[in-house]
Amino acid sequence: MARQIYEAVVDGILVGGVYALMAVGLTLIFGVLDIINIAQGVLVILGAYLSYSLSTRAHIDLFVGLLITIPAMFAIGVVIHWAFIRRLRGTERTSMTLLVTYAVALIVEGILYKLYGANNVQLSASYTTGSLHLPGFYLPYIYLYGFLLAIVLVVAIYLLLYRSRFGRSVRATMQDETAARLIGIDVNRVAALTFGIGVAVTAVGGMVYGATNAFNANSGYDLISRLLAIVILGGLGSIGGALAASVFMITLESVVTIWYPTWAIVVFYAALVLVLLIRPNGFFGRKAVRAQ
Amino acid sequence: MTALLRTAGVRKAYGGVQALDGATIEVAEGTVAGLIGPNGSGKTTLFNVITGYERADAGDVYFADRPITNSPPDKVFAAGIGRTFQLTRIFPRLTVLENMLVAAQHKRGNHRRRAHELLAFVGLGRHASLLAGSLSYGQRKLLELAYVLIADPAVILLDEPAGGVNPTLINHIAGRIRELNDQGTTFLIVEHNMEFVMGLCATVTVLESGAVVASGPPDIVRTDKRVLDAYLGADLADDEEGDADGAESREGDDEHASE
Amino acid sequence: MKGSAVKPVSVRLGGLAVLVAVAIAFPQVFTNPAVTNYGVFALIFVTVASAWNIFSGHTGYISLGHAVFFGSGAYAMGIAAKDWNINGTTVFALLPLCAAVGAAIAVPFGLIALRVRRHTFIVITIAVFFIFQLMAFNFSFTGGSSGLSSPFLSWPSSGYNTPFYYIALGYAAGTVTIAWLIRRSRFGLRLRAIRDDEDRARGLGVKAMRVKLTAFVLSGAITAMIGAVWFYYINQVEPQTGFDPLFDLTVVLMAFLGGYGTVAGPVLGALVIEPLTLWLNTQSQFSGGYLSEILLGAVFLVVVLFVPRGVIPTGGEWLTWLRTRGRPAVLPAGPPAAAPDAPAAPTATDTAVGSGGAR
Repeated sequence: MARQIYEAVVDGILVGGVYALMAVGLTLIFGVLDIINIAQGVLVILGAYLSYSLSTRAHIDLFVGLLITIPAMFAIGVVIHWAFIRRLRGTERTSMTLLVTYAVALIVEGILYKLYGANNVQLSASYTTGSLHLPGFYLPYIYLYGFLLAIVLVVAIYLLLYRSRFGRSVRATMQDETAARLIGIDVNRVAALTFGIGVAVTAVGGMVYGATNAFNANSGYDLISRLLAIVILGGLGSIGGALAASVFMITLESVVTIWYPTWAIVVFYAALVLVLLIRPNGFFGRKAVRAQ
Repeated sequence: MTALLRTAGVRKAYGGVQALDGATIEVAEGTVAGLIGPNGSGKTTLFNVITGYERADAGDVYFADRPITNSPPDKVFAAGIGRTFQLTRIFPRLTVLENMLVAAQHKRGNHRRRAHELLAFVGLGRHASLLAGSLSYGQRKLLELAYVLIADPAVILLDEPAGGVNPTLINHIAGRIRELNDQGTTFLIVEHNMEFVMGLCATVTVLESGAVVASGPPDIVRTDKRVLDAYLGADLADDEEGDADGAESREGDDEHASE
Repeated sequence: MKGSAVKPVSVRLGGLAVLVAVAIAFPQVFTNPAVTNYGVFALIFVTVASAWNIFSGHTGYISLGHAVFFGSGAYAMGIAAKDWNINGTTVFALLPLCAAVGAAIAVPFGLIALRVRRHTFIVITIAVFFIFQLMAFNFSFTGGSSGLSSPFLSWPSSGYNTPFYYIALGYAAGTVTIAWLIRRSRFGLRLRAIRDDEDRARGLGVKAMRVKLTAFVLSGAITAMIGAVWFYYINQVEPQTGFDPLFDLTVVLMAFLGGYGTVAGPVLGALVIEPLTLWLNTQSQFSGGYLSEILLGAVFLVVVLFVPRGVIPTGGEWLTWLRTRGRPAVLPAGPPAAAPDAPAAPTATDTAVGSGGAR
């Protein structure tokens, strides 16, 4: 029992790291554009399918394939923003864009369904089945690699945000769009690029998710449920919050799965409801960004 | 004269900024009182605290000698204190008349007749069925004043009623304020437009960095050195008040550009 | 937004009478069950869309979780009929029970969801929707993934649709009437004020939570009832049909297409979209789901991005513009000439800080 819990916790932390990457993308998009991108879940699946096609058709290794899928997802993100999101303005923008991204999610899901069918697939490579033998349990290599890659990227995003000129523009826009415009920041460009980055991370998330789970076009719903709960818990717009909430919630789910596998996902909803009852702005809210 | 509305030592801080630092003001019943001060001096914050849109960190607010500190906005409104906002807040998708009815809805009875009367009073009589969102900026200010009036408040707090509005309309608004005051309504007005304030208000209180630096009749206040200090900064305070009058607000704005 | 020109009352009443007459005569004229089937579904969704609009259209809180009520009503009906062994037409006496179920769900649902800001509200409705779908799949009393089926009613199969048509018509008419009454009432005024500026409305004494919750419960109860009717019409419910992820987006589309926040909007939207959806499902290349998803998403995007105020309002504006060729003088709601004592319209000389309408 203790061994199971220990294993679940470690798995949870590792997988949580990957979810953190996707959640950071989602929360970044909200922070800069005030958009809740419901399509994030299905875009992860798209990333997974891209890796799948590259792996099965072109025999490109999963990690190497990321060199293609990350830019591809970035481009898709930029296109989505340019085509559908850019034109929305006004006071109910956040609600409207939520509906728009929901619609985009449906379209992408439909396309994936048409292209790949209803059958579940899973990414595989030589290392997806192997595990590291640690005292007491087995640690799947793929979890470890995925986690390491996710950490690298989260750090990269952090550096981008806090050590680069572009990052300064992003943070300025997050805090006050009008002021940012006034000092000459091209807010549209920042928005487009941020959306692109937010989506690009789904390439990595997709690959790791696809290698550790059987998935099909419908799998996006579970994903977005988790991601939404995570970013709200961590506070919309807070990077640190997304990280903490991801690791915590995924670990919690992982532990609960030992006893209640079908209902484990309810912990996300339950946590969401509880937190919103006490603190409607999540734990960190947007203030955390300013403090960093 | 009794103080219908007064605050005692109100303090409010936002993060590291002390917006109100022991603000103590008194508004005598039946007067039109002005509240002036440079940008960032805490005038709107004080309004927010009085009307319940913000909680005070310390200090009290009294209305007719009853403490109403930290009462929620609807209770303050129901008690008889009405308030307009710097950025006019109306309901754009409701008609002008419906805006009036929303403000009256907490009381029983049919308010249509009174609503029409008040709309006519401010000069929006013919626009009753227009969507409020289609009104011009000046018209919105009038609408906001009108719907605050429908609750028959004893005190009305006006936050920059003359802001961004043309001179004809300013006179119109001033006229309406005088009429209402004649009928017994007490006013507390935040304004940057010195002519407006000095011409309309019986007493003027000057706020600076969250505390009162001067209070009294307009003529006394406008020559008070502390007031000139507050607006212009110590070095310029020695200029004669004459040319500081119109230039006062502008230079004050330059000196205290942050909000 | 301009104020709209008001058609004379007699014209509108006349049009309404014609519409009602047509609706009543419909199944008598078109007796083919395939055709009346469209009618039944269309009316069911007129009810759903109007009920949705009673809450979401007025308050501005967009619910993507009304499928919760729809499916719950369906399941409640199925479970009650099975457990209490009710057959035949007495089953319809259970409808108030389904409404109660809908209301009972709406209260805690609303108390939690309505405390947060609008965009978070949408997310919560999505979350609750998934919870219910999960429950439907996993509980035994809901029949798991095979769902529940209803006992057949002993009506002749040739006339099977007709009673359902009139029941649905009754519900549709009732819901639209309720929506219309609310719009004109004080309650409706409070709802709309909340939509425009909730904080200010609160400051003026509107009890926002109470008002929102009432509308939410009403909307949920009606949706649950019509869900129960739907269940009986198609004789079965499964987790993915009772709690269909496309349901709410379709309803939102209907409301937006016809005119979000108006009374007639959801009616028009439902009458257009639902038959279309049904027809698409019968075309073999569209069944299997994915093409209808893509189409729904695409149409939704087009509507939201290009006709955001809905076809009725925008269409009305186009017609008015066509009639007047853009000259504002004809519109009664244009800026009136300034009277000598009313400086209310000196728009040109306002040194306005903010512009009059747009933000």
